[in-house]
Amino acid sequence: MSMDRVEETYDVVVVGAGHAGCEAALSAARLGEEVIVFTVSVDSIALMPCNPNIGGTSKGHLVREVDALGGEMGKNIDKTFIQSKMLNASKGPAVHSLRAQADKQAYSREMRKTLEETEHLTIRQAEVSDLIVEDGEVRGVMTVSGAVYHAKAVILTTGVYLKARCVYGDVSEYTGPNGLKAANALSENLLRHGIALRRFKTGTPARIDGRTIDYSKMQEQKGDVPIVPFSFETDPESIQKAQVSCWLTYTNEETHRIILESIDRSPLFSGSIQGTGPRYCPSIEDKVVRFRDKDRHQVFIEPEGLYTSEMYVDGMSSSLPEDVQHRMYRSVPGLEHAKVVRNAYAIEYDCIDARQLKNSLEFKAIPGLFAAGQFNGSSGYEEAAAQGLIAGINAARKNHGKEPVVLDRSDAYIGVLIDDLVTKENREPYRMMTSRAEYRLLLRQDNADLRLTELGHEIGLISEERYQRFLSYREAVDREVLRLESFRVGDTPQVRAFLSEYGAAELKSGATLSELLRRPEITYEALSDLDPGRPALPERVWKQAEIRIKYAGYIEREERQVHAFKALENRRIPEDLDYDEVPSLRIEARQKLKEYRPSSVGQAGRIAGVSPADVAVLLVFLKRKQGVAAPADEKTE
Amino acid sequence: MKSDTIAAISTGMTQAGIGIVRVSGPEAIPVVSRIFKGRKSLEDALSYTLSHGMIEKDGVSYDEVVVSVFRAPHSYTGEDTVEINCHGGLFVTRKILSLVVSEGTRLAEPGEFTKRAFLNGRMDLSKAESVMTVISSGNDFALRAGVAGLKGKIETEIRAIRNVLLDEISRIEAALDDPEHYDLTGYGETLDRITGEIETKMEDLLRRSENGSILREGIRTAIAGRPNAGKSSLLNLLSGFEKSIVTEIPGTTRDIVEETVRLGELTLLLMDTAGIRETLDPVEKIGVDRARNAVSEADLVLYLVDGTAGKTAEDEENLDSLPPEKTVILYNKSDALDEETRQRILETGGLLFSCKTEEGLKTLEQIVTDRFLAGEISFNETVILTSERQIALLREALEEVREVRNGIRDGVSEEFLSADLLSAYTSLGKIIGEAVGDDVADRIFEKFCMGK
Repeated sequence: MSMDRVEETYDVVVVGAGHAGCEAALSAARLGEEVIVFTVSVDSIALMPCNPNIGGTSKGHLVREVDALGGEMGKNIDKTFIQSKMLNASKGPAVHSLRAQADKQAYSREMRKTLEETEHLTIRQAEVSDLIVEDGEVRGVMTVSGAVYHAKAVILTTGVYLKARCVYGDVSEYTGPNGLKAANALSENLLRHGIALRRFKTGTPARIDGRTIDYSKMQEQKGDVPIVPFSFETDPESIQKAQVSCWLTYTNEETHRIILESIDRSPLFSGSIQGTGPRYCPSIEDKVVRFRDKDRHQVFIEPEGLYTSEMYVDGMSSSLPEDVQHRMYRSVPGLEHAKVVRNAYAIEYDCIDARQLKNSLEFKAIPGLFAAGQFNGSSGYEEAAAQGLIAGINAARKNHGKEPVVLDRSDAYIGVLIDDLVTKENREPYRMMTSRAEYRLLLRQDNADLRLTELGHEIGLISEERYQRFLSYREAVDREVLRLESFRVGDTPQVRAFLSEYGAAELKSGATLSELLRRPEITYEALSDLDPGRPALPERVWKQAEIRIKYAGYIEREERQVHAFKALENRRIPEDLDYDEVPSLRIEARQKLKEYRPSSVGQAGRIAGVSPADVAVLLVFLKRKQGVAAPADEKTE
Repeated sequence: MKSDTIAAISTGMTQAGIGIVRVSGPEAIPVVSRIFKGRKSLEDALSYTLSHGMIEKDGVSYDEVVVSVFRAPHSYTGEDTVEINCHGGLFVTRKILSLVVSEGTRLAEPGEFTKRAFLNGRMDLSKAESVMTVISSGNDFALRAGVAGLKGKIETEIRAIRNVLLDEISRIEAALDDPEHYDLTGYGETLDRITGEIETKMEDLLRRSENGSILREGIRTAIAGRPNAGKSSLLNLLSGFEKSIVTEIPGTTRDIVEETVRLGELTLLLMDTAGIRETLDPVEKIGVDRARNAVSEADLVLYLVDGTAGKTAEDEENLDSLPPEKTVILYNKSDALDEETRQRILETGGLLFSCKTEEGLKTLEQIVTDRFLAGEISFNETVILTSERQIALLREALEEVREVRNGIRDGVSEEFLSADLLSAYTSLGKIIGEAVGDDVADRIFEKFCMGK
């Protein structure tokens, strides 16, 4: 060891301690790896620099899945939320989505505490400036001070910090969010190692002093009672508490006039910002320009936490000049006298096209190097956490010589998220949406544990104790489903009275309770009249049984689709396949396949420019290559 | 790898005689037995046996058929396979295919039976390459055709319906994704009205596709030329049948005879003409007028020049009245030409053709295919390449739209309606060769202001 610089050795290095970095560091350390996580500021661990909430449509699903696999986000928000809501509660179970407002400081502090209490996990404030790559494989990182940290695996979770630039009007600050230090050294060296970078942008609205807001002009948005936890481990009883409100107001024609009048002073319209922004959550100036026929837009005023009077102006992110911002905010009812604490701004940063990655989140070209979160071109805390968890797990598994864990599109939203990122061309920060999940009726937030706990246990992130609790829950659900399927009622006067009460069609002969439950107007709770001897079950159990029976038709249909999907997904393509050897592929398909090297025939088919005919050709070619002997992958059907 | 069950018409798209619907996969036997009524159930039929009976569904009999059962692995594909030999012509064959599909099979992709045969080890490894070529060329043609942009009323209509469906899907998805912003209260009524309109349109489309007009689909092709240039001989060559009376006396072919024929990968609807010669003979006059009509309605004109007579002033005059991109000039009777004449014709870029020796037939095939792909020739009404697939897909889409309306009536939540709408959207997309991709997300962002 050299004497004039720090030199240490770990199993896994994590670069960044945001939502991806925290999950990555925790999962790798919990799997027994010696982990060091770098951050430009230890005071910004698990920082929420934008919206003050966790979850929401489809994002709530991600949090539940992270929890079922043994991640931390669900538990952390259960500890630190100040309001909770189940969105789409009036719709079917597949689109129910949990969202909680967080106390930002508490969220950050609790996560830091969890990191500090985790064995094998070291936190270090330093800016990583370079990767150490030997023989094409990653061997560690170097910091700006010249310190060297050897490791077998490195996970890049740099968020929006790489060459970050915050912009409003003609003001540019070369910092990360909230004036935090940007990471300026690493980008050039990533390029040197052959990693292609691109520039994305996102934005955040102003924060306003709550004491200057007139809430009487707004609609109050209260939390739900009772509160539903995110984590399957959190006892619902333990988190019922007083909640704080959010407030709804609207922009108006005056707001829009102010914006349009000064639109030429926006860096987005003047071309000063080059990065590509999201179509989801556009800035208010974007909304006003693109949707000119809308005479108002919603604005939600949301608390940043219990520790402060600062309020987040959800719906009005902007990079307009300061004076325009002030006038624009003050044109909104309730904000006439508002004092801005922090300006709205857009932020530009370096990130990658994640098609450089495998589904395991490891770089195709640099073994041992993984990436997760906004660095991969996604947006959102939950998307970041989900990728961080998978990258952490797979870095640890790689070090242990194990196969990576890859969730596919029919397993989880996490699978959809990662597959979209590593397969499709994304021209903007990627946000999860339920419509992106083909099998969304199967991938519900209520059954994330049933889908993934087993895997979490196999991986080693779900304790034996939790696993046993899960097994007995699962068994209770199965037992209740079976009971409802076998319990028959006849065409008795009581049954007739029951059916007419609920406006349901009469029975021709007898029926099982499950057959009755399938009728749209009949619920499990209502059925208790005909089912007096039913066992006293926890709500979670009977609700799950009810969903499984009630939506059986749709569920079975999607399961059939999944079956066909899996057939192609399980056809692995050898990593060294020479596509020039495959006859009859179209030229475009051949180029795309050579460039992106998909891991399965299914994934190949999702690459733009690869047609169903190319997929069929590939199938036949692979079969020929394997020869007549039954291939190994035929076992998995 | 366990596969699903596929079905297709395995005979050519001709009007007459027997059509075979082939079904292959684990569900082949149960699916067909649900619509087959014979003395014994097909489920009990032994491999390599024939059963005689009726195809019936919901009390309606469709055709008297003979069904062959091949049990895995002793079939062409190596899977359970059923072949339904129908007797009622193309229309009935298609109807039976659609019954088979509605019972839970999928329409086979081009070359899929052969692909399965290979994947199931029913074919020699040395055949692999040719299998790939078959799959590739079949699909590649469809793809190129798609790129060239198949024109036609039906495609336009399908695009319009898809566009409406996508609007409604994105409306639902926007509301599900951003429920605090977009509300679906009262939307069921709107959607019921919209899907009702779509249902009517699709039913109408289906009716038009299924009725007699399907027999007339194809590239409307007129054969033109001076009397006795060999027009009827060309028709006979292409159709392989003696359909019109062929004589050596000018002006004896009086009636327009329509016939659907294959030319390479394309289908032509041939309209024989009585020649486009001015005439005063009253009987001839009717034939000529009709022929003129045929030429003006045609998407493709095969103009025959009698090679032995050379291009006459009358030919020049006739050709002047024809749009060049629609017209292919054939110098017929090349077998009767001396070498010098042949050379002269070739030098002017003319196509030597002989109905007797079939010289030039391949070249003609190539020219027509190229022009079609370049978008110079279009179909008059129906997209024809795989229209038995398309009709079945349309029927599938119609069922899915009906499912949406049932759902609205039952008061199911909108995500289920969206699932059915998306299925219909996908099925219609397959008809015109378009995958779903990121359509929904793109439409949401285009039409709805999303996120806070």
